Amino acid sequence: MLKCRTVWKKLAPLARNSSTLCHQNAKRAVLRNEKRPGLLQRAQMSAGPSGGGGTDNTLYYVLVGATCLGGAVYAYSTLRGDKQRYQDRISEIASRPNKATQEQTEIQTAAPEATKELAEEASEPQSVADEESVPSTPSEEPSPSAEPPAELPSETETSEPVLAEVSESPSGTAESATGVEVVTPEIPEDPGKSEPQEEATPVQFEETPIVESSESAPPAEAEAPEPVVSEAVESVSEVIAEAAQEAVLESVSEPAQDSISAALPEQPIVQAETSESAPEPSAEEKTSEEPLVTSEPIQETPVEGPTEPSASLAETTEPPLETPTPEPSEPFSSPAVVESAEAIPVAVAESTPEVSAEQIAPPVAESAAAPVTPTPAPAAPTESTPAPVLEHAPYLLIGGGTASFAAARSIRARDPGARVLIITDEPDLPYMRPPLSKELWFSDDPEVTESLRFKQWNGKERSIYFQPPSFYVDPTELAKVENGGVAVLTGRKVVHMDVRGNKVRLQDGAEISYDKCLIATGGVPRNLQVIERAGDEVMQRTTLFRKIEDFKSLGKVSREIKSVTIVGGGFLGSELACALGRRSADLDLEVIQMYPEKGNMGKVLPEYLSNWTTAKVRKEGVRVITDAVVKNVSFKNGKVEIKLKDGRTVKTDHIVAAVGLEPSVELAKSAGLEVDSDFGGYRVNAELQARSNIWVAGDAACFYDIKLGRRRVEHHDHAVVSGRLAGENMTGANKPYWHQSMFWSDLGPDVGYEAIGIVDSSLPTVGVFAKATAKDTPKAAAEKSGTGIRSESETEAVAVSVKAGTATPPSPTHQTDDYGKGVIFYLRDKVVVGVVLWNVFNRMPIARKIIKDGEEHADLNEVAKLFNIHED
Amino acid sequence: MSYCRQEGKDKIIFVTKEDHEAPSNAELVADDPNDPYEDHGLILPNGDINWNCPCLGGMASGPCGQQFKEAFSCFHYSKEEVKGSECVENFRNMQECMQRYPELYPQDDDNEPSKETDDAAAPTATDETAPTNEKDSGPAESSPTSEEPTPTASPPKS
Repeated sequence: MLKCRTVWKKLAPLARNSSTLCHQNAKRAVLRNEKRPGLLQRAQMSAGPSGGGGTDNTLYYVLVGATCLGGAVYAYSTLRGDKQRYQDRISEIASRPNKATQEQTEIQTAAPEATKELAEEASEPQSVADEESVPSTPSEEPSPSAEPPAELPSETETSEPVLAEVSESPSGTAESATGVEVVTPEIPEDPGKSEPQEEATPVQFEETPIVESSESAPPAEAEAPEPVVSEAVESVSEVIAEAAQEAVLESVSEPAQDSISAALPEQPIVQAETSESAPEPSAEEKTSEEPLVTSEPIQETPVEGPTEPSASLAETTEPPLETPTPEPSEPFSSPAVVESAEAIPVAVAESTPEVSAEQIAPPVAESAAAPVTPTPAPAAPTESTPAPVLEHAPYLLIGGGTASFAAARSIRARDPGARVLIITDEPDLPYMRPPLSKELWFSDDPEVTESLRFKQWNGKERSIYFQPPSFYVDPTELAKVENGGVAVLTGRKVVHMDVRGNKVRLQDGAEISYDKCLIATGGVPRNLQVIERAGDEVMQRTTLFRKIEDFKSLGKVSREIKSVTIVGGGFLGSELACALGRRSADLDLEVIQMYPEKGNMGKVLPEYLSNWTTAKVRKEGVRVITDAVVKNVSFKNGKVEIKLKDGRTVKTDHIVAAVGLEPSVELAKSAGLEVDSDFGGYRVNAELQARSNIWVAGDAACFYDIKLGRRRVEHHDHAVVSGRLAGENMTGANKPYWHQSMFWSDLGPDVGYEAIGIVDSSLPTVGVFAKATAKDTPKAAAEKSGTGIRSESETEAVAVSVKAGTATPPSPTHQTDDYGKGVIFYLRDKVVVGVVLWNVFNRMPIARKIIKDGEEHADLNEVAKLFNIHED
Repeated sequence: MSYCRQEGKDKIIFVTKEDHEAPSNAELVADDPNDPYEDHGLILPNGDINWNCPCLGGMASGPCGQQFKEAFSCFHYSKEEVKGSECVENFRNMQECMQRYPELYPQDDDNEPSKETDDAAAPTATDETAPTNEKDSGPAESSPTSEEPTPTASPPKS
């Protein structure tokens, strides 16, 4: 008490002093008449300590009393609330059995074949490959999920619909209380036990036939090799005839096709393997109460599981089917479940064998975890799962973009059995970004924002994802998979890097050590400061475009608004402007593009070509505003108002800021890595190496190009090339950046180009164009090729254009320069350092060669001849 | 017939087809065929297999990469009279593995032939242009791939 008062005496004057100072200042500024507030305060204060001690005390008591009271009330309410929640939870759990059984029946109906086949299979073990794999599951049922990894390749299809449902139940309802959740699927089975038991008995009968079938496998197997041999030899002979690379695919594809026919005999082989473990389940049935036996198959699960990532997908179908069987056979089930619930097994199950030894629990835990982990997208659930399990990754790739994926592939190709872990803060598996501003906008499919599929240059459709989820390994199993693999941790961010200790720390505190590490963090889109300062209303109406979600949201927004303004005249801005411009007529959407340069791509293309391109962009329905420096942005009367430096004002509904990329170099500080002061990005040598075990690739790498000097490149192909190179060097290739990356862009039907090297409009250029008339070709080509130029191969379009061009020989009177097609050389010290191939395609190797040579050429027109710009 | 003009630092030349019909006299440096840094096709100059060839797509790096490598190198280095005749076991292993990934290794007859022809072109031009890069990202098949992203995206919603 005494102390309190002395402290108060000392501090109070200070506090009041400062507050009165403020007060005084404010008063002085606003109200000049009240001149002495400070003096008044001071008087009060001096009186305070002497006379006001008693009041201070009472005040103190009152406050303490109030706090105590408040605390008591709070404690009471929390306890009450907890009880309430507990009751709710219990009632929910009680109500859940129905739901779970419903789901089970759903699952069973979803895979009705599966269950039917269970019965059928008993009688006829010889069925189609697909079915065969399914029946093999019953054999596993007694030994919960011991074998699922071994087979079920074809079952993945049936598992997909199931997966969706299954994942709903655990991830949707469980979320916070995984432990409790695990219980629920079990409990329902007690009432429904009679049913499962009925099911279980046929299954047990089936068991023997299946074991038989595996016994009968040898004869079948004997048949198998022969067809395979003959076909393999066929493919072999074909191979010899054809080119080597075809051979690969041939041999790959043919056997693959053969495998369908060969599937029958092969299946037994697989089963023969499984029969190793099959005895155990049968033993388990006989001595159904031996916990040791069950614990064995369970412990196998983690070991065998890893071998096939897709199998883990398939697993998801199983647990619901399986759970009924083991339970009736084992009377311990319910206590075991309770135990497992206490142990919160989801993550622990694999790490602590003790828990898994408590039978039943692990398969159930897996059923909850399985839908989550094999499709690594959902961030929240994975967070709980892999963190404790994944402690080390031989190859750790930070960032989940193109560079990272390219590196992963390269590592896997060169280092057999390599275990590669990709950590990305995006929720998606690695995908390619170019289609987000290109092809996807020209898709006819109304569902394109969901399907994310586009037509490639060769007319074939594909997804923007590099690989489907089954390509990847479950991160928790990465350390165990037989032949290694690539795993992706999505929705996780690396925040700290310990170079000395060779480890990184994630946002959630998890630490992962590595042998070799690649930083491929890419970058984040820049924004204009004037937009950032403009407040929330403007920011809500601004898109910074880079990811899938940006594509989705811009696609949606563009249908809801009347006017969109793209700020930026580079690749992304111009591509998006053209994409939206093309839609503008249909959607009644005004599309504005503004940038400070004189024309589109003004920093890349020489001025004349930039101007020409701008005209083409305008023709796409875009209102282009050049020389536009944004001075101020505000939100007025439901519109975003953009004020330019020269006084012009633009009103719009939505802004897309495409003003460049800021390389993500947050790890530089903790890792002690150098950031390039000119170009930004991590500074690496010609081998893309930052430190002994650390490489950098993609947008974030500022590397030394032996031919062209220090650079940083933000293009898709560069991510591919540098990622590949980094992957090679991480596996000991010691190669410098040698293969020049390229990039390409298309702006409407008249402009498509590919480029390589340093393409900077500030350099002197020499452009060599195919002479043509004003009525010339690209237009005609576009008209002929119809609206969807994107879906046409560019070469095709050009082919048409050339024919048209040659058909109408150019008359000298027409000197309206039309840069239909040609080649532009960018010079530095008279040496070609960059080449743009303007509506000329498939000539990149020539351009690459010229840059690689680095020779000075007396007459670039002669060099241009090498490109045959008049040909297709 | 060519027509030339200068715009500041930029030179613009228009040429007719006839102008460019004469062979070029530009001199290029002869390439070193054994340049260790250069990207190569599927078969390296020394006869080894280039597993990192983009032409392989996801073959060598995918889940069946190991089996694929074993089978293909067995075949490639085979000295048997009927080349590859001793590799049956390897190829069967590969098949078995690939069967487990119908999505990654589609067994649809329609897709295979076209894919071969596409990929056959790639390795000859060791430097693939953009489209090749996109394509090189491996066997992409119609239905399965489209379904996969959806489950990936859906859980967060639920």
